[in-house]
Amino acid sequence: MIEFIQSLPSPIAQGMIWGLMAIGVYITYKILDFADLTVDGSLGTGGAVLVVLTTQFNVNIYLALVAAFAAGCLAGFVTGILHTKFGIPAILSGILTQLALYSINLGIMSGRANTTISWRNYKLIVSSKTDELFFTILKLIVIVGAIIAVLYWFFGTEIGRSIRATGCNQNMSRANGINTDTTKIIGLVISNGIVAVSGGLLSQFSGSADVNMGRGAIVIGLAAVIIGEVVFGKLFNNFVLRLMSVVFGGIIYYIVIALVLKLGLNSNNLKLFSAAFVAVFLAIPYWKTKMAVKQPASKDKKTVSQKEVKGNAAN
Amino acid sequence: MLQIENVYKTFNPGTINEKKALRGINLTLNPGDFVTVIGGNGAGKSTLLNMITGVYSVDSGKIIIDGVDVTKMPDYKRAKYFGRVFQDPMMGTAADMQIEENLALALRRGKKPTLRPGITAKERIRFKELLSMLDLGLEDRLTSKVGLLSGGQRQAITLLMATLENPKLLMLDEHTAALDPQTAAKVLSITDKLVTSGNITTLMITHNMRDAIHYGNRLIMMNNGEIVFDVSGEEKKSLTVDGLIKKFSETSKGMLSDRTLLSD
Repeated sequence: MIEFIQSLPSPIAQGMIWGLMAIGVYITYKILDFADLTVDGSLGTGGAVLVVLTTQFNVNIYLALVAAFAAGCLAGFVTGILHTKFGIPAILSGILTQLALYSINLGIMSGRANTTISWRNYKLIVSSKTDELFFTILKLIVIVGAIIAVLYWFFGTEIGRSIRATGCNQNMSRANGINTDTTKIIGLVISNGIVAVSGGLLSQFSGSADVNMGRGAIVIGLAAVIIGEVVFGKLFNNFVLRLMSVVFGGIIYYIVIALVLKLGLNSNNLKLFSAAFVAVFLAIPYWKTKMAVKQPASKDKKTVSQKEVKGNAAN
Repeated sequence: MLQIENVYKTFNPGTINEKKALRGINLTLNPGDFVTVIGGNGAGKSTLLNMITGVYSVDSGKIIIDGVDVTKMPDYKRAKYFGRVFQDPMMGTAADMQIEENLALALRRGKKPTLRPGITAKERIRFKELLSMLDLGLEDRLTSKVGLLSGGQRQAITLLMATLENPKLLMLDEHTAALDPQTAAKVLSITDKLVTSGNITTLMITHNMRDAIHYGNRLIMMNNGEIVFDVSGEEKKSLTVDGLIKKFSETSKGMLSDRTLLSD
């Protein structure tokens, strides 16, 4: 047990990186009400861009991270165009971009499925090297904190509010003069930009960018969002706290993963475990509402419907 | 103010479900007109409203607002001219956003969103005053999520949003039909107050004949995609529910089958 606690900094750092990715998912899935599967590709794009720029073009690693952000934004833009201008359903638009990104990510890495970046040769922002884990976590707190602060400001502006309104009620948004195509595109751009930053950090932490690094990313992102909601939902009800709960959700997820691996789960079954885990957490709110309907609330429901009948008759 | 010239609209043309929703509508609204629109289900009332606001495109004809031909303008661009309230109280507000956020969005209708703050302290004070006018106790709940409010409260907020920046035209699509009678009466009286105090040109669809007669200065009746009756001024004031029903059975050539039109 003590050994497990001593090994915690690694899943915490990894959880924070994935928590940042989950903030991207939160923007599309929760704010924009758009299940965006682009992220499975844009995570890898972020990793590939960062690693290639740093190792092959000697670009400053922070600049490379900014470039990764831009590349992710571009991916989100493509999905947005496919959805709003080509009329392709949300999920399919994301799948199309994601598929295309597989080839593009390979192309960025000159056809290699895996490109390494090591703390031995480069000064990395984050790394899994044990004696640097503490600073890695500190840096992650700063980076994630800064991104949350910027998002808090942005979603309070006129543009940010329009994006939130679009996700909430498209009909009302258009009636109030909001171009919902534009707001959806902006949301997707920002979301995938953040996901790519996470990919850039992840590649440093794991020591390489891999063309498959984003496989199932959406599931892990959703897991973090949902765990954050289930665990902290009642307590955290303003925007900053919500985003923080998403990051905590990512951390909890990785601690749980570390624990089940420790308890002997074959790592081949990790994706199966993740999917089942997310399925259950997605089901909990649904089951809760079903239970609420079955129990005493049914009495209230009756009175409401009687009132409605009366109202209609009187009209 | 609003000119509709010879507007036609057919849904699913050339199929078995073909529906000629509007057949050559001509209508001119003068500034300050408060027009009530009645007619049976499928008469084309909602289609007319959705055509004016740009939700549907027209097959032929022209829609002109204040001298500007808006026939080809997309709905979100046209929105700057309109305040809209829908039949479904859920439709006019964003449930997950606060009351003040909804109002702030409506206040910026027709303006390009920028990176400026979505709401200012000055606006908050104004919203508080406006909400207290509604007399629903909402002035102390500026930061409550709209989703927590009742249908009537949401409809009152939608009305406030629609009239916030004196729109050129206020479009009310059976906006009290989903409310219980008391709430409906309250929302209607708020409507009347806002419309008359702002002298807003208004188009109100209703299924309630008494309301159609009681409110506004002009009444039009639609049947089968056409305007069949158009009265205003003194003639409108002297209308009775019985007289209207008689009129309706005349114009629809005895095909008086619409239950909703009869009930009042």
